[in-house]
Amino acid sequence: MKAVSVEEAVAMIPAGASVMVGGFMGVGSPERLLDELVRQNKTGLSLICNDAATPGKGVGKLFDATLVSRLTATHIGLNPKAQQQMLANQIAVDLVPQGTFVERIRAGGCGLGGVLTPTGVGTLVAEGKRQIEVDGKPFLLETALRAQYALVHAFLADYFGNLAYALTSRNFNPVMAMAADTVIVTAENIVPVGVIAPDHVVTPAPLVDYLITNG
Amino acid sequence: MDPQIIIARRVARELKSGNLVNLGIGIPTLVANYVPADLKVFFQSENGLIGTGPIPEQGLAHPTLTDAGGRPISALPGAATFDSAMSFGLIRGGHVDVTVLGGLQVDAHGLLANWMIPGKMVPGMGGAMDLVSGAKRVIVAMQHAAKGKSKIVKTCNLPLTSARPVHLVVTDMAVIGFADGKATLLETAPGVSVGEVMAVTEAELDVPDNIPEMAI
Repeated sequence: MKAVSVEEAVAMIPAGASVMVGGFMGVGSPERLLDELVRQNKTGLSLICNDAATPGKGVGKLFDATLVSRLTATHIGLNPKAQQQMLANQIAVDLVPQGTFVERIRAGGCGLGGVLTPTGVGTLVAEGKRQIEVDGKPFLLETALRAQYALVHAFLADYFGNLAYALTSRNFNPVMAMAADTVIVTAENIVPVGVIAPDHVVTPAPLVDYLITNG
Repeated sequence: MDPQIIIARRVARELKSGNLVNLGIGIPTLVANYVPADLKVFFQSENGLIGTGPIPEQGLAHPTLTDAGGRPISALPGAATFDSAMSFGLIRGGHVDVTVLGGLQVDAHGLLANWMIPGKMVPGMGGAMDLVSGAKRVIVAMQHAAKGKSKIVKTCNLPLTSARPVHLVVTDMAVIGFADGKATLLETAPGVSVGEVMAVTEAELDVPDNIPEMAI
């Protein structure tokens, strides 16, 4: 793990990159990284995030600045700007059931080719996908999802990069921290090694490439 | 009584002590208000919490304690938090005893459409498809009709949420079950006759001899 400034970290991300961003309706999103993506005007992003948050909050800021060209998400109904950009064909949107979304990312981070899920069988979601029977029950083959960058937000990070999360801001963060080539983390608090007890580490340090320095 | 409250009060009676329950947005959210205080029900919020509590008092909200809509909530003593993979493992894995969801249409066989209106409303399905596919018992809480049109239809013309039928539909006029794969009228709302229910229901309903009044 390397500690870097938010400017340095975002400068590494090229325009057009695929980026996973943690957070659920903007709760548990790395706001400082998102602000810096806007400031450095990183356009054409291929965004993988549960939702589009709301204007001004979380990944909503990326839609305010029209930086997104592709979006993989489960729900965008609470961000009118994302809706408008989808209806105007400015962004290509792939809507995925939430349980499938997280399992595809988990598979991507765990070396699996994909998962078999009953969710979506017999619906629009099944179109173009392989259906596989296991013990007489139908499942959809949903393929693994990875990104070039994961932008993760934690409650605690120690000097090694071990991470712990708070309440409902955990959501997709630990799963995404396993599913990208480069993992960049912001934390509410950066603490000495040992403050997070081994049993309370959720994301082990070797998964973290860059920790954004505070202050 | 407000139609939404009739629905919420009736659905609340379906919950049993020890149940793990997931409530969708809209009318389903109201159900928590009508669960008796002595009934130990665990409410899950799919963004990663079991043990959701009421909206905190002014000034006591915390930005990392929210419901699936991103609104501040509280956590009850004994609450547990977890990531989204665990949350949907609970849902898809059959660990959630009851889910209560809103609906746009339910057909004569109990198939639900509740996530999009092509060309009009394409918000995304969020967790709805997983909930209907995986929860042990699926209850739909919705108005019986919208703008005079029945929401209990012969066949859904809106995209389905799941190929798995729901177990129960509770509306402001009736309770409808699908025990034998056929829509069956189980109860009518206070002051509503069987004839009135039939008149505003597009799907064919099985009507047993004895239809009790909804207890609310």
